[in-house]
Amino acid sequence: MKILVVTEQRQGKWNNASFETLVAAQQIAKDTASAVSALVIGKGVSSFADELATKNVAEVLRVEHDLLEAYTPDGFCMALKQVVETAKPDLVLFPHTYQVRDFAPKLAAMLGKGMIGDSIGYRNEGGRLVFVRQMFQGKTAADVTFTGAAPWFASFQSGAFRADLLAAHASGKAPVNVVSVTMSAEQIRTKPMELFKEAKSAVDLTQAPLIVSIGRGIKAPENISQAEALAKALGAEIAASRPICDEGWLPMERQIGSSGQTVAPKLYLALGISGAIQHVVGMKGARTIVAINKDSNAPIFEIADYGVVGDIFEIMPALTEALEKAK
Amino acid sequence: MNIIVCIKQVPAKDAPLAIAGNWIKESDIGFEMNEPDSYALEEALRLKEKHGGEVVALSMGPERVKQTIKEALAKGADRAIHIADDNFAQLDPLGSAKALAAAIQKEKADLVLTGLQSDDHGFGQTGVLLAAQLDRPHATIIMQIDVQDGKMKLKRELEAGWFQWMECTLPAVLTIQSGINKVRYATLKGIMAAKKKEIATVSRESLGVSHEATQKIEKIYVPAKTKKTEFLTGTPKEVATKLVEKLKFEARVI
Repeated sequence: MKILVVTEQRQGKWNNASFETLVAAQQIAKDTASAVSALVIGKGVSSFADELATKNVAEVLRVEHDLLEAYTPDGFCMALKQVVETAKPDLVLFPHTYQVRDFAPKLAAMLGKGMIGDSIGYRNEGGRLVFVRQMFQGKTAADVTFTGAAPWFASFQSGAFRADLLAAHASGKAPVNVVSVTMSAEQIRTKPMELFKEAKSAVDLTQAPLIVSIGRGIKAPENISQAEALAKALGAEIAASRPICDEGWLPMERQIGSSGQTVAPKLYLALGISGAIQHVVGMKGARTIVAINKDSNAPIFEIADYGVVGDIFEIMPALTEALEKAK
Repeated sequence: MNIIVCIKQVPAKDAPLAIAGNWIKESDIGFEMNEPDSYALEEALRLKEKHGGEVVALSMGPERVKQTIKEALAKGADRAIHIADDNFAQLDPLGSAKALAAAIQKEKADLVLTGLQSDDHGFGQTGVLLAAQLDRPHATIIMQIDVQDGKMKLKRELEAGWFQWMECTLPAVLTIQSGINKVRYATLKGIMAAKKKEIATVSRESLGVSHEATQKIEKIYVPAKTKKTEFLTGTPKEVATKLVEKLKFEARVI
């Protein structure tokens, strides 16, 4: 089997999820006696290609065009469709980034194929690949297989594979092959403009050693003061899952998850947070995770070190008091 | 500006899920409008209020989805299309997109909106695939839409607090991020008015879409735990005391 990994870089920087997907590809290749090609796409990306060539891959494909300097779904789909048609991979893998979500399903569809997105793992069942992904906001896992002929398209969730397991090239360097693609400016129907961050965050949650985080279970904005009292007793920063910030109950800069901040504190205390995928990717690196939730089936308990099944409105004040006493 | 909003009905957030093969047992649980789609509907209604035109709610699924369609009409959608399909849950993303696209092609829409993903399957592909099927430009995870002179200026969300401005011509397909606006509630007047609004029902077969599934969900299951969770029990006071001890002397994080 031939596996093609489409890596991602933006403005001179790697998206590190690229290396996690490369690790996934190396593992699948080992399991199925396959060869891995790594692809980098953009303009002026030869240094990225050279870096990929030092990894354990059979070849690096460098796809360059003036119209690929800034990402557009039309540009990337047109270019990658040509690459897939000439390189003829069986399996095309992507990191499940916001950019990949924006174009990869369309790329697959342009070739009449489907994509299994946001996978968290795979199994090799006698040469047949089974992809594992989450459903129902992480409450269930699903085994998904491709039903049609190759090429197959799949993406892996950030954190599903460990980038530090990336194997280096055995004899130094893999060949870098430049793939030429043709396209014209009129074919690109969207115009990307400047990248920006909202007003600089006053709080940098990534530096906080202790975090108390609230989710939908907090029910109403007037209840947040209870969580804040607990955070104060603990000496922790307060944070939240996306719905709380969407409601405007806490500022967006306090949001943990794929669209907010990614944190790895010593302690993460999750109050009334169910543990949807988008939240968990932002905090699963915490050293100790405590989850308090009334639903014993909440997916947050899958990653918690300590769990309490109960009413946060009873436990928050009791815990605040116990912490005050223990000081 | 004529807008079609694709709305999915999904199991209610707090519904207890009983797994049955590769889907769930649908009896005895409640269903609701997929949350990201409710933001897409709200955005459509706001665009209509600003620029005129009509908002059409489009939903696929068994008879039960009519309840969600009615909610969309009560909130202000002008009319609705229901693609009736009892096996909707078994469709792959491309199969869903082809059926939705076939219904959309019969309309004259300037803009098609969807939520960025569904809370049940969570494929997150429908909007992008719709754009491919309809051969229209698209943009995803949108946090702001400004329409001017037949084109749109869009604010697209990227990861880790980054955003990007972009321009997109019309007609187009956009997927909407949760939190783009504040979703309205249906008023009593809206609920009464909805009773007179049209719901056109077509069966998925009648749309004449040919599709061979590209992927199959073999089974769903409760995921294996990756961590051994120690559950603390007792009265709130007892639990609190135990937890402080654990954090202090076992985990040593406080």
